[in-house]
Amino acid sequence: MERYYQPEIETASREQIRAWQDERLVKQVRHVWDNVPYYRRKMEAKGLTPDDIRSVDDLHKLPFTTKDDLRKGYPYGLLAKPLADCVRIQSTSGTTGKRVVAFYTQHDIDLWEDCCARAITAVGGTREDVCQVSYGYGLFTGGPGLNGGSHKVGCLTVPTSSGNTERQIMFIQDLNATILCCTPSYASYLAESMKEMGLTPDQIPLKAGIFGAEAWSEEMRHDIETSLGIKAYDIYGLTELSGPGVSFECSAQSGMHVNEDHFIPEIIDPETGEVLPAGSKGELVFTSITKEAFPLLRYRTRDICMLNYEPCSCGRTHVKMCKPMGRSDDMLIIRGVNVFPSQIETVLLNHGYSANYQIVVDRVKSTDTLDVQVEMTPEMFTDKLGEIHHRQKELVEGLRSMLGLTAKVTLVAPKSIVRSEGKAVRVIDKRKI
Amino acid sequence: MSIKQISVFLENTPGALCAMTGVLANNDIDMRALSMAETKDFGIARIIVDNVYKATTVLKDAGYVHSVTSVLGVAIPDEPGGLNRVLEILSDAGINVEYMYAFLGGKTAEHAYMIFRVESASAASAALTARGIKTVDRDEIENL
Repeated sequence: MERYYQPEIETASREQIRAWQDERLVKQVRHVWDNVPYYRRKMEAKGLTPDDIRSVDDLHKLPFTTKDDLRKGYPYGLLAKPLADCVRIQSTSGTTGKRVVAFYTQHDIDLWEDCCARAITAVGGTREDVCQVSYGYGLFTGGPGLNGGSHKVGCLTVPTSSGNTERQIMFIQDLNATILCCTPSYASYLAESMKEMGLTPDQIPLKAGIFGAEAWSEEMRHDIETSLGIKAYDIYGLTELSGPGVSFECSAQSGMHVNEDHFIPEIIDPETGEVLPAGSKGELVFTSITKEAFPLLRYRTRDICMLNYEPCSCGRTHVKMCKPMGRSDDMLIIRGVNVFPSQIETVLLNHGYSANYQIVVDRVKSTDTLDVQVEMTPEMFTDKLGEIHHRQKELVEGLRSMLGLTAKVTLVAPKSIVRSEGKAVRVIDKRKI
Repeated sequence: MSIKQISVFLENTPGALCAMTGVLANNDIDMRALSMAETKDFGIARIIVDNVYKATTVLKDAGYVHSVTSVLGVAIPDEPGGLNRVLEILSDAGINVEYMYAFLGGKTAEHAYMIFRVESASAASAALTARGIKTVDRDEIENL
């Protein structure tokens, strides 16, 4: 029996969903026009007034919002409510440039937690369950979001936050945790640790996991499901929009239902910005129509995605999005391998280097070359050449295991990597293909 | 007795070393010794200067990554077997020399000076002193 947290919303007719969206969009556009000069200027620049937006059909007329807009607006530039009405901020984990800070009123938090509660209910969670939230708590939205959702469902919530694997496993075992919320890579790690401790899947009380905040494959899902003896579900979200719970997987495990009563998704051509027909692959764009403090009009997620409007076996009527298939901004294909600068950044940070790096891709004798240039830091510098070489080799090894590619690592002088507007130019692709 | 060596990260590009020595020159810092270790992409300039505090401050301000290490300075008589005697002592004491370089010293040229990078400068200094070889201290370097 499929359970819903808010059945009247989650299984509403498409007409009803559309009616909500029409009404809320119109209201939201008026709200930002009245309260956010930044949006007002952007709309005026396109010759728009709130009267031009009468339904979702007019959505495409609105200007896009990008992460860059959010950075420029830091911290209060896009705030649509008096600070006195705000009760919380959350922030992105960005390592470059300024962080993005999102504001919430109590109402915003309430709706966000509803979204997370829908996700937990969709994986079978009830008030009988013990839900362990092993996402980080703090500025990161993962912990606070699922924590709130778990409360709403009425689960016994175990707020372990991330880290301390031994303690995580102890609580899972001692408190009979049935639902685990964390990143898929941490779920894999927990599974491995439990296996090393000699625990077999039938000795692990977990029955479901909600794993998001990073890309993961179907193979990884299969591995986690087998090793923990659970069903593993995906969840999607962005701090800019609220956090986890913008969309979530149901029992069908074939895409994530977008909470369309709060977020209107569009798929656009990342080059031209044109809205693409239903079923097309393109960049995912969201408009948050219920957020009070930090509403976003047509926010470009940079995630490449597809929307599926076919009815779902779970009974939910909200559109499903696939797992993001890549990024519209910075993905590189090197020797046939998809490489994201963020992956390289992760390896660099894990190895103690700075996030000031540049990736130079070239093609020599019909073979792609990847050169990762990273700025030397006082922490990584020593007077011994051998030690620096050794660290360099370890980094090459780390990149190989992350990317499946051999990269050349070049150590360069501090601040030598070109920055534009404070943001380093990450990728130089010299290939002529 | 040990002295401070400043190691500076430099890219292996034309003008990189010159830019650094320029910073030192503009700030009236006198170099006592310099040694380069280089790879295809980068190098490490190891320098002994008259004023370590000032040199590290101006290098840092100029954006250089650097580190300060204790090294051993030894005045070696400019005659056959001079270096060998020192190395024998270190060898007997089981002290590994990570790298070393020489410079001809100061106003009188009776001695060559060697800089030794070892795991523990104080242990090496004690071993040499016990066998009658005096190591160079900070004042001596400053006044060369």
